[in-house]
Amino acid sequence: MRNGQPLSSRNPRGTAAALGLLPFAIYVLLFLAVPTLIAIATGFFDKAGSFTLDTVAALGSPVVISTFFNSFWLSSLTAVLGAVLGALACYALLSARPDGSLRIAVDSVSGVLAQFGGVMLAFAFIATIGIQGMVTVWLRDTFGVDIYTNGVWLYEMPGLVLPYIYFQVPLMIITFMPAVQALKPQWAEANATLGGTRASYWFRIAFPVLAPSFFGSLLLLFANAFSSYATAAALSSQGSEIVPLQIRAALTSETLLGRENLAGALALGMIAVMVVVMLSYSALQSRAARWQQ
Amino acid sequence: MSPVLSRRGDVAHAPSRAVSIIILAVIGVLFAIPILAMVEFTLRAGLSGGHDFSRWIALFQGGFTGTYRTVLVALGNSLGLAMGTVAIVLILLVPTMLLLHIRFPRLRRVMEFICILPISIPAIVLVVGLAPVYSVVARLFGSGVWTLAFAYGITVLPFAYRAIQSNIDGVDVRTLSEAARSLGAGWWSVLLLVLVPNLRRGLLAGTFISVAVVLGEFTIASLLNRINLQTALLVVSKADPYVAVILSLLALIFAFLLLLAIGRLGAERRVPVRERSRVKGKS
Repeated sequence: MRNGQPLSSRNPRGTAAALGLLPFAIYVLLFLAVPTLIAIATGFFDKAGSFTLDTVAALGSPVVISTFFNSFWLSSLTAVLGAVLGALACYALLSARPDGSLRIAVDSVSGVLAQFGGVMLAFAFIATIGIQGMVTVWLRDTFGVDIYTNGVWLYEMPGLVLPYIYFQVPLMIITFMPAVQALKPQWAEANATLGGTRASYWFRIAFPVLAPSFFGSLLLLFANAFSSYATAAALSSQGSEIVPLQIRAALTSETLLGRENLAGALALGMIAVMVVVMLSYSALQSRAARWQQ
Repeated sequence: MSPVLSRRGDVAHAPSRAVSIIILAVIGVLFAIPILAMVEFTLRAGLSGGHDFSRWIALFQGGFTGTYRTVLVALGNSLGLAMGTVAIVLILLVPTMLLLHIRFPRLRRVMEFICILPISIPAIVLVVGLAPVYSVVARLFGSGVWTLAFAYGITVLPFAYRAIQSNIDGVDVRTLSEAARSLGAGWWSVLLLVLVPNLRRGLLAGTFISVAVVLGEFTIASLLNRINLQTALLVVSKADPYVAVILSLLALIFAFLLLLAIGRLGAERRVPVRERSRVKGKS
C-alpha cells in the first residue's frame, strides 16, 4: 500500500496506519467477499464436493428460465411504472422549497416506504385488496365490481405488481430528485431569452439533460425489484414464481428439480443479471454527473 | 414576455402551484390508501361489522402476553441487532473511512466501490453464501441471534457510507486533524475530541439509517432461521393478523420518525452553507 501524502511519509507510521485498515478489510472479506464467492461457487460443485457444470446447466431448464422470465417481467413493469410516477412526483416537488418541511416529510416517507416495507407491505395490501380488503369490499358493495371474479390473484405473481410499485415510486423520488433539483434556472432563462418556448425548454434541454439520470434510476429500480424478497415471501408462502422465491425453495428443500446446490446456480444467475444492470447504471451515472456540479 | 420568465418563484422551470398540488395530491392519496386500509383493518369490530378501538386497547392493556410475547422478544432481538450493527458502523467503518481520507486518499475509490457493492448483491444471494459462513460463526460464537449483526453491518454499508462520507466531504477533515496534531494531540484525541464532534451529523444520520434498515430486515433473518421483528410479525400474522398489522403500523411510524430526524439534520446543515455563499457573494 502506498502512502498518498508527502507530509507524513515516515515509513513506520505509514505501516502502522496501513495496519489500521486491516480490521475493516478482514471484516469485509469474511462477511461480504467470502459469502459472495461461496454463493457463486456452490453452483459449480455437487454434494460430494467435486466440480460439476450440471447445476449451472440447470439454469437452462424450462422451470428456471420461466422463473427468470417472470422476474424480468415483474421488475421491468414495476420499474417503468415506478419511474414514470416517481419522475412526475419529482417534477411536482420542484415548486417546493428544497429545505422546506414538505420536502423533508416526502423524503422521510419515501425512505421508509423504499427501505422499510418488506413484510409490512404484504400486510398493507392484504388489508387493501385482500379478499376482505377495504378497497375490495368497497368496490364490491358500491359498484358491484368483484376484482377476484377470475380467482384470487393477490397471492400470485400479478398480486406483486401493486406492492412493488408501492416501494418503487419512493425509491425513484429518492434517486431521481437530486438530478431534477440540479436543473439550473439559468437554462430556462437562456432558453426564454433566445426565444424558446416552454416545450422547447423541456424537449431540447431538460429531457436530454435528465435522460441519463432517468434511465440510471430506472435500472436501479429494476435491480431493486429483481432482488426484492420480503414482500413476495410474505404474500406467497409456498410459490416460487420469481427467482428469489425459487432460491428460498432451493434452500429449504434440497432436492428441487432433482439437482443439488441449485440455490448456488440461481444465485449465480442473479449476480450475472445484477452485474450487467449495475455496470450500465454506473456508466449512465457518470454521464449524468456532468450536469450535477 | 415568455411564460417561463414571467413565472414567479425560485425555479423558473417549476410547475405552477396548482399543477404540483394536483400531482402530489393524487400520488399522495394513492399512497395513503394502503396505510388507511391497515388502520381500518385494525379497527374492525368482529364479524358483525362496525369499527372500534377494542383491538388497540386490548393490546396495550393486556400487555404483550401469550402469543404476543414472541413479538416482544423479537423486538428486543431487533433492537439488540440494531445496536450491534451501529457499533460495527461506528467502530469499524468510521475510523477506516477517516484513516483513508487522511492518509490514503488514493484508496478512496476502492473504499467507495466496496461500500456500495452490497447494493448490487441481493440479500437473497448473500444468504446462500452466508449459510456456510454462519455454521462456522455458530461454532465459534454460538448461534445467538446477535451474530446476525455481522451480516447486517454489510447490509447497511452503502447507506451508512453515503451518509457519513457526505459529511466528511463537507468538513475539512485533513486540515482539522493536522492542526490538532501540530498542537500535540495524539491520534485518539484527534479522533474523539476533534473529528467525531465535527462529524456528529453524518454519524447520527448513518446511525439512524442503519437502525431503520436493521429493523426492517427480513430476508437474512428468515432464511438463517433467526427471529427478529419482521420474521416474528409474519409468524404472529398467521395467528392474529390484527395484532400484526397494529405492530406494523407502530413500526412504520417509528421508522418514519427516525428518517424525519435524519431529514432535519440534513436541513440544518444546508441552511448555513447557503447563508455563507450569500455573504461571499456580497463582499
